[in-house]
Amino acid sequence: MTEPQSVGTVAPQTAHFDEPLPLRSGGTLAGYDLVYETYGQLNAARSNAVLVCHALSGSHHVAGVYADDPRNVGWWDNLVGPGKPLDTRKFFVIGVNNLGGCYGSTGPGSVNPATGRPWGADFPFVTVEDWVDAQARLADRLGIQRFAAIVGGSLGGMQALSWTLQYPERVGHAAVIASAPKLTAQNIAFNEVARQAILTDPDFHGGHYYEHGVVPARGLKLARMVGHITYLSDDSMGEKFGRSLRHGKAVYSYDVEFEIESYLRYQGDKFAGYFDANTYLLTTKTLDYFDPAFEHGGNLNAALARASADFLVVSFTTDWRFSPARSREIVYALLHNRRNVSYAEIDCPAGHDSFLLDDPQYHALLSAWFDRIEV
Amino acid sequence: MAAYRYDYDVIAQWIAPGEKVLDLGCGDGSLLKHLIAVRQVQGYGVENDPDKLIACVKNGVNAIQVDMENGLSGFEDGFFDHVIMSLSLQAMQNTQGILAEMLRVGREAVVSFPNFGYWRHRQSILNGRMPVSESLPHQWFNTPNVRFFTIADFDALCEMNGIAVRERLAFDEGKLVLDEPNFLASVAVYRLGRD
Repeated sequence: MTEPQSVGTVAPQTAHFDEPLPLRSGGTLAGYDLVYETYGQLNAARSNAVLVCHALSGSHHVAGVYADDPRNVGWWDNLVGPGKPLDTRKFFVIGVNNLGGCYGSTGPGSVNPATGRPWGADFPFVTVEDWVDAQARLADRLGIQRFAAIVGGSLGGMQALSWTLQYPERVGHAAVIASAPKLTAQNIAFNEVARQAILTDPDFHGGHYYEHGVVPARGLKLARMVGHITYLSDDSMGEKFGRSLRHGKAVYSYDVEFEIESYLRYQGDKFAGYFDANTYLLTTKTLDYFDPAFEHGGNLNAALARASADFLVVSFTTDWRFSPARSREIVYALLHNRRNVSYAEIDCPAGHDSFLLDDPQYHALLSAWFDRIEV
Repeated sequence: MAAYRYDYDVIAQWIAPGEKVLDLGCGDGSLLKHLIAVRQVQGYGVENDPDKLIACVKNGVNAIQVDMENGLSGFEDGFFDHVIMSLSLQAMQNTQGILAEMLRVGREAVVSFPNFGYWRHRQSILNGRMPVSESLPHQWFNTPNVRFFTIADFDALCEMNGIAVRERLAFDEGKLVLDEPNFLASVAVYRLGRD
């Protein structure tokens, strides 16, 4: 066994689609771009493709680095590469930036062909199902009729699940990690606080801030701070920052005193520096709306009856935003439908973000599961 | 548990082809793999040890991580034809609870356990030491077992809880024991149902 390696230098590609895409929110997107990256080689039988779906603020940059930006490592680089759990010597791995994104795929910052101005708040709502439709077209373009596996964490897990319902015949295996069949009211509440922070920023300008040469950075920063708190566990935050005081004692001010304040402000500022506020609004709504059981009167068993993939469902003990109980709902609904499903509850202290980390049990499980997939 | 286990054959005899089977404490999934091979069952394992869970995934067996001490609340009533617990009941705290759960989610339960009444074990105790044998391979200080019971004890428990003993086979390290199983058998395998 060779040491796990990076996929090395990678470059994003853009696929343009002229065929209009009908959207669940009504109307159609006349044409659109999807930005994607691939790692490994598609085999002659075209049977070794794995789609990696990204989460809320993710992108197509799953693994490797860019030639002109060697510090920009893909967000799941610990998982994807030669000798890694998702081994690119066996699999052809695809990362794609979703519609509505801000990493090159058509989104609110793109020019609306009808007006010649950026879409801004007029960009249509896109759902998980729309994303999957768009990804299916990309798969067609790449000559992939059936994926060996589709994987994703959090919102990416929802896409993987949705794939098995929308295109059951095109998915061999699905890994749904740190995810849920729908958000809870508490989850939607956190998303709403994040959205209100953005929507009430004076620089938001009804979503048309691009034309004003400003960005609602304060709102986006607050949104990210709220989100970030929910992605960590109390224990991991306590271990990392505790109640450490920057000055060693209370100075009774609203400046940064506790280290956790410093960390959140830093993370918020960093995020506001590169992410688009409209994309954040849009994507949190996408999360909120996802509910495949809705059209089955809330009956998840009935909703998942269409799935035929072999499933791996993974949760993390300290994930309180997408708790293990939510993953179990998926597992038992699959079981009801007699699907092949394995479920693991990984004891990792890092909360929701655990799915991005390289916990040994988690990665050993994924390795075993990917090893088993015949291509 | 790489070695072939004779109780697998006994259990397989009681399973009809194509049944839905749940194996509690499924370990690395080798019993399920056997039942899939010889009875084409649709099998699911329940396991709480992460390493064993990974072994199941490697073995191509469905494994679901559940702490059985908390019951089987996600599993539907009567969903399985057989719910199996092979050589694990003695390692459960909630003995009566899990037996009730097995007969809730399964039409029948299959249970195997080491018989602490086995004559060699009695002899060991008479000699002043806790028994260690093929069926009780651990030392007292590192055994996963938390319940120490005999075939007679288990019969009494079934009687008390209204559990029907539909069949019982007893073995002395692989050989079928017909007479005085509580004294002569090291392992017992039961087929249980609701009265």
